[in-house]
Amino acid sequence: MARPSDPTRFTLAEAREALLSKAISARELAQAHLDAIAQARPLNAFITETSDHALALAAQSDARIAAGEARLLEGLPLAIKDLFCTAGVRTTAASRILDNFVPTYESTVTRNLWNAGAVLVGKTNLDEFAMGSSNETSYFGPVTNPWRARGRNDDLVPGGSSGGSAAAVAAHLALAATGTDTGGSIRQPAAVTGVVGLKPTYGRCSRWGIIAFASSLDQAGPLTRSVRDAAIMLKAMASIDPKDSTSVDAPAPDYEADLETGIAGLRVGIPQEYRIEGAPAEIYELWSRGAEWLKAQGAEIVEVSLPHTKYALPAYYIVAPAEASSNLARYDGVRYGHRASGVDDLMGLYERTRAEGFGREVKRRIMIGTYVLSAGYYDAYYLRAQKVRTLIARDFEEAFQRCDVMLTPATPCAAFAIGAKTADPVSMYLNDVFTVTVNLAGLPGISVPAGLSHDGLPLGLQIIGKAFDEPAVLRAGRAIERAADFKAAPQAWWRAS
Amino acid sequence: MSGQTNTKLIEGATGAWEVVIGMEVHAQVSSEAKLFSGAATGFGAEPNSQVSLVDAAMPGMLPVINRYCVEQAVRTGLGLKARINLRSVFDRKNYFYPDLPAGYQISQYKQPVVGEGEIHIDLAEGETVRVGIERLHLEQDAGKSLHDQHPDFTYVDLNRAGVALMEIVSRPDMRSAEEAAAFLRKMRAILRYLGTCDGNMEAGSMRADVNVSVRRPGAPLGTRCEIKNVNSMRFVAQAIEFEARRQIDVLESGGVVRQETRLFDSRNGETRPMRSKEEAHDYRYFPDPDLLPLVFEQAWVDALEKALPELPDDKKARFMHLGLSGYDSSVLVAEKESADYFEAMVAEGAEPKAAANWLNNEYFGRLNKAGLTISTGPISAKAASAIVQMVSANTISGKIAKDLTDIVWREGGDPRTLVEARGLRQVTDESAIEAAVDAVIAANPDRVEEVKSKPKAAAWFVGQVMKTTGGKANPQVVNAILRRRLNLPE
Repeated sequence: MARPSDPTRFTLAEAREALLSKAISARELAQAHLDAIAQARPLNAFITETSDHALALAAQSDARIAAGEARLLEGLPLAIKDLFCTAGVRTTAASRILDNFVPTYESTVTRNLWNAGAVLVGKTNLDEFAMGSSNETSYFGPVTNPWRARGRNDDLVPGGSSGGSAAAVAAHLALAATGTDTGGSIRQPAAVTGVVGLKPTYGRCSRWGIIAFASSLDQAGPLTRSVRDAAIMLKAMASIDPKDSTSVDAPAPDYEADLETGIAGLRVGIPQEYRIEGAPAEIYELWSRGAEWLKAQGAEIVEVSLPHTKYALPAYYIVAPAEASSNLARYDGVRYGHRASGVDDLMGLYERTRAEGFGREVKRRIMIGTYVLSAGYYDAYYLRAQKVRTLIARDFEEAFQRCDVMLTPATPCAAFAIGAKTADPVSMYLNDVFTVTVNLAGLPGISVPAGLSHDGLPLGLQIIGKAFDEPAVLRAGRAIERAADFKAAPQAWWRAS
Repeated sequence: MSGQTNTKLIEGATGAWEVVIGMEVHAQVSSEAKLFSGAATGFGAEPNSQVSLVDAAMPGMLPVINRYCVEQAVRTGLGLKARINLRSVFDRKNYFYPDLPAGYQISQYKQPVVGEGEIHIDLAEGETVRVGIERLHLEQDAGKSLHDQHPDFTYVDLNRAGVALMEIVSRPDMRSAEEAAAFLRKMRAILRYLGTCDGNMEAGSMRADVNVSVRRPGAPLGTRCEIKNVNSMRFVAQAIEFEARRQIDVLESGGVVRQETRLFDSRNGETRPMRSKEEAHDYRYFPDPDLLPLVFEQAWVDALEKALPELPDDKKARFMHLGLSGYDSSVLVAEKESADYFEAMVAEGAEPKAAANWLNNEYFGRLNKAGLTISTGPISAKAASAIVQMVSANTISGKIAKDLTDIVWREGGDPRTLVEARGLRQVTDESAIEAAVDAVIAANPDRVEEVKSKPKAAAWFVGQVMKTTGGKANPQVVNAILRRRLNLPE
C-alpha cells in the first residue's frame, strides 16, 4: 500500500494493512498521532496524553510485526475514554473527585485491546461520570467539536458523554476510540462529529474496570471512522468475562467477515413514534433518504410501532440516576480520590468531600436518584420506571417480529453551541430521545454519518438490532455508509498556523 | 406451650406480663472466600490484609457471587426445614459509613433465598417449643471501625468487609429469656452439624439481635425494641431480662414504649438507646444491577437435601430409640462433638444407656471443672467405652469405675490393662466376701443388735465391707451374704 503524506488519514483497516505490508512502522504511526494530538490541544479532547507509553508500545509492536507475530490490532493507536480504568495511567471519569486516581488494574475491555496489540495514545475527555450529552460537565473543561457551522467560528459541542473520544476520532487524533453508552453516549457524539459509533448489546463487552454510571444500562463500544473499523474494534473489545456477572457467556463472532454481504431481503422497520415534535425537518428528510438508500440495496421497508417510546426518556431519567446515586456513594474521600481538608467530623468529611468533588450535573442526578429510591417514592418512581422499561423491551420484541433491524434518526439536531443548553437540563436530556430506548431494552445500535445539516454540520442515522445481532446492525450500517458516501471533513482550524 | 405459659410470666406491680421475643441471628458462612470476592476470611489476620479490589469498592469493580456460600445458605435453609426459593434477588442497602466501602451493603430484601421454616427447642423440664423461622437471607458483612487506635483518628479494617453472612430471622415465638437462649443454642447446634457456620460467638462469627416487647397475657403484641450487640449466650438472657423489666416499668408508670434500637452494654448488664443518628436511615433498597437473580433447579436443591448430615432432632430421636431418656438425648446432641463421642463409645461396644450415664454423670462434670471440652478432654471414647463395658460386665464396681476414670484422666493408658495390673477387678468369689462380712460382723456386735430392730442400718455393714475390700467386692453379693448372716428378708 502506498504511504499517504499524513498517516492519520488512514482508517483502522487501512493502517493495519499498511503496518503489515511494512509501508509504515508502528512507531511512525504513533508519532504522527501524537503530533496531531499536540496540535489539537484547543479541542481539549484528552485529559491525559500518554506519549511515552504509546511510543514504547509501538516499539513492541514493530518487533512483533518484524517477527511475523502481529495480533488483531497490532500497532494501532487508540484513544480510551477516561472512564476505563488503565493500570498505572491516571483515570478520572472527568471528575475532581478522582483527579488524582491511578488504578492498579486494567479494565477488561482495555486489557483485551492491549492484548490485541493496540497502542494507547491518551485518555479522552468526557462528561463527568458520563453524565451529559454535550461534554460540558467535565471537571477538565468542555471538549470542542472539530466541526464548525458553515461560515461561522462558534465553538460547538461534540455531544456527550463520549465527546472527547468522538472529537479525537473526527479530528484524526486516533484511529479509533472507546466510548461507553448509557443513554446514547456513543451514538449521539458520533452523530454530531461525523463518525461511526456502535453501542453493542448489553453484556457483549465486560463492564469490569469501567467506572460505573448506571450499571444496568452502561455498555462499552467503539467510535471509528468506518463501519468496518467498528466491526474490527468490537471483535477486539468483546469477551466472555467471569468477573462481570452481567456479561454474556457467548463468544463474539467475526463481525468483519460478512460485512460486505449486503442487505438484500433485510426487513428494515421504521418506527412511527420516532417522528417527534420540535425536531427540524432536515432530520426527517435524512431519515427518509436513509430508507430509500436501504430499499435501493434490496431491503424491505416496513412500518413498525413502538408505542411506549414517549415514556422512555422519563423512565431513563429515573433508572439511571437511581443506580448512579448508589454507584457514586463509594466516592466518599475515605479510601482514594479527593478528600476535603480541615474537617473534623465524619458527616463533615462526607459532605465537604462530595460537595467539592462532584460537579452540578452529577449532584443533580445523585439527588434525583436518591429521591426516587427513598421510602414512599420507590413504588411511584423507580418501580414504575422499571415497568416502563419492561414495556419498552416488549415493544421491541413485538416490532422485531416484523423486521430484522430498525432505522431511526440518531439525534434530534446537529451540534449546538457550547453553553446553549446548559441552563436547561431538560432540553439537554432531549438530545438522547432517539437513543435511550435502545439502552433501556439492552439492544445494539449504531450511528453512521449520513449527511450534513443546512449549515454544514454532520448528521447521523441509527440502526437498531435484535439482541446480539450486531452482524445485521453492522451490515445495515455499512449499507448506509456505502450509499451516503460521507466524505465531508472538518477544517483543521485548531492547528497552530 | 399454652399450659406452661403461666410459669413464664413476669410479675409486675400491677399484675402479670408476658415477654415476647424474636431474634435475628447473623451467622458467618464457613467459607474460605468472601461472598462476592476471592479474598480470604480468616479470623485475626493483620488489619486490611484480606481485602480485594472489590471489597475496597475501587472504581469499576464488580461483585461475583460465591457459589459455595449460596450452597451453604440453601443447606442451612434445608436444615431449618424451610422453603427454598428457587429465585431470589440481591438488593443494595444504601448508607454511608467508613467501614462500608461501597456506600451500600449487598443484601436480600424482598426475595430472600430461604423462606419459612422452624426450629424445635428443648427446655430443661423436657418441654419442647416450636419457634418459627421467617426467612434466611445472604448478605455481606461490613468492615470494622477502630476508634481506640489514635486520639484523633478512626482506623478502618476491611478484613471483614464482604464476608458472607446468613441473616436468620425468627418469628416472635419465644416467651422467656430461657427460651431465647435455648433457641440460640439450638440454632448454633444446627449450623455446626451442617458445617455452614462455626457458631463461634467470641470471634463474632455468630451474633444476635434480639427483639423484645411485653404485653398482658392474651393482649395484642406490644411495641418492640431491638437490642443489638448481644454477643454471648449469657448476654442474651441478661439483655432480655433487663429489657423486659425496663419496658414493664415504663408501662406501669403510665409511659409508652418507644420503638427503637438499643445497645446492650455487657459491663453493667443494661440496654441503652442508640443515638437517633445511628438508626435514622432510609436504606433506599433496590435490586443490585450488577448481579443476576439467583436461580436454582429443584433437582439441585434435592441433591443438597439428600446429602445433608443427620441433624440434632433426628439424632435425638435415634438416641431415644437406643433407650436414652429425652433429657439425656438432648444433652448429648446439643454439641455435635458430644454426640459423636457417645456414638464412638457405643460403636466400641458400650451399652448406650450406660455410656450416656457415664458421660452425663461422670465425664461432663469433670470436663467442666477442668475448663475442657469433649474434644480437648484427656479420655478417648475408646477408653471411656472400656470403662463402661467393664462396669456392665461386673468386672469392676461403680466405685472402682470412678477411681479408674481418675487414673485414666491423670495418667492415660488402657483401662483394661490398668484394671488387671492394679488388681481392681471386682471380687465376686463368695468365700472371700463371706470372710470379709464375717470379720465385720464379729467386730461390731452393737451394730448387729441395732440391725435387728432397724433393718435399714444394714447399709452401714455394706459400706464397711466395701471399705475393707478396697471397693472391689461386688455390692450385690455383699448385700446377699449380709442378709443371710443377719437373718434379714431378701
